[in-house]
Amino acid sequence: MDKRTTASEAIAELRDGMTLGIGGWGSRRKPMALVREILRRPVKDLTVVSYGGPDVGLLCAAGKVKKLVYGFVSLDSIPLEPHFRAARQAGAFQAVELDEGMLQWGLYAAACRLPFLPTRAGLGSDVLRINPELKLVKSPYAGAEELVAMPAIELDVAIVHMNRADARGNAQFLGPDPYFDDLYCMAAKRRFVSCEKIVDTRDFSKYGSFHTLKLNRTMVDGVVETPGGAHFTECPPDYGRDEAFQRAYAASARDAEAWQAFRARFLELESEAAYQDAVRAWREGSK
Amino acid sequence: MTAATRAEVCAVAVADAFRGDGEKLASSFGTVPAIGARLAKLSFEPDLLMTDGIAMLLADVQPVSGEAKGDPVAEGWIPFRSVFDLLWSGRRHVVMVASQIDRYGNHNFACIGPHARPKAQLLGMRGAPGNTINHTTSYWVPNHSPKVFVERVDVCSGVGYDRAAALGPQASRFHEIRRVVSNLGVFDFSSPDRRMRLASVHPGVRVDDVVAATGFELAIGGDVPETRAPSELELHLIREVIDPAGARERELAA
Repeated sequence: MDKRTTASEAIAELRDGMTLGIGGWGSRRKPMALVREILRRPVKDLTVVSYGGPDVGLLCAAGKVKKLVYGFVSLDSIPLEPHFRAARQAGAFQAVELDEGMLQWGLYAAACRLPFLPTRAGLGSDVLRINPELKLVKSPYAGAEELVAMPAIELDVAIVHMNRADARGNAQFLGPDPYFDDLYCMAAKRRFVSCEKIVDTRDFSKYGSFHTLKLNRTMVDGVVETPGGAHFTECPPDYGRDEAFQRAYAASARDAEAWQAFRARFLELESEAAYQDAVRAWREGSK
Repeated sequence: MTAATRAEVCAVAVADAFRGDGEKLASSFGTVPAIGARLAKLSFEPDLLMTDGIAMLLADVQPVSGEAKGDPVAEGWIPFRSVFDLLWSGRRHVVMVASQIDRYGNHNFACIGPHARPKAQLLGMRGAPGNTINHTTSYWVPNHSPKVFVERVDVCSGVGYDRAAALGPQASRFHEIRRVVSNLGVFDFSSPDRRMRLASVHPGVRVDDVVAATGFELAIGGDVPETRAPSELELHLIREVIDPAGARERELAA
């Protein structure tokens, strides 16, 4: 089956009020081209699930987020995502703040079609106070230990960015960490992978061992080739984080005027290609 | 060798917190804790494990400043999901930075003000709830003040001793806050009621200075000792091997 598609076709499946899972971690290998496509559309009231980075910051700044499920939102080299901070302090969305491990457990429970998974993480902390929907469960075995019953985080749509993929939906990470991209895909009804390059299946082995083929085609509905599609987050070994551009992005959270200027220059464009052109022009201009 | 600076005393105090840990993952946040963990590994705790901060377990010890020491030697692959697995197994001691901490060691770096509508969003919960209930934790405070050492944390991200006790012995059996190291002194929870105890004051700091900078009543014994001075070997390791560019001096409050 040929699953090649476009960012526009993939994101057209996203409807108001859906739950969207976004792979990557902080400012690392985020499906930014797909996020930018969301910004071009009127879709709103999303529940976003993410180990958050600028994906979350951009969607918050654009007013797309009704509810956010997260453990943190960071740009890594800038510890706190400034657009996320501004939206959070303005009370712009419902915050479901979890321990990082609880978030993994919620995705894994959904991936396994379980209602919950037990964990010790969360006990005693305010995670349970600020998320009163979280319940405890008693072990049926000796000791009857009480644990947090982390509910499944079921996703309508998952988007992730990988280094390589084939047309059938197998996908390869070539950087240091697969993050939780497989769990996002397995927890979702519809799963879209953007990648730096679509390759022939037999060519995966030129880039890395078969251990790097983290997504198999049961996990994927659509494949989008978007070179530079993780920009400005890192996507090693293809490219590192664009720190200069990330600083410019962070500075755009300063006030409404700065954000409007950033939006006009980089986001309110008709396509990903136009975005990449705008970034190139910016880079030339700042030399 | 010139006398130890305050940052160097703090780094050695952090290193001492890792004593006895053996084959555990030593995770650290902040420059002084990163130096302390490396110092412990290079001297009295050679079996500690450390990462490159990304996904590699490093067999060698890399400096926190200046030039890297050759190519890093990988002894393992530890992506985030493996870090979670490891921390749930308990074989880890983390040093986290505290934005707020109270007398029982309840910790906050999530936000200031009510969580529903924070006055200042900080890091969020991150891994603090899972870390503190699963394995040993210590804290680093580079700017000891009543704004950090507070009567009550606004939000509890890391679990303290009163909350752990309320969970009962079964749920709290892996909970341990080993040490709090600040720019003024070293603290532990060895008092009978598990209140934060002033274990030592750094050279040049008076007990009264610590009391004045703390927003709650500390447990203080008769004679509070001075934090131990770094040895000649430790100063050599800090200055020449671990932090040759002196990053440690920039982290402490002026």
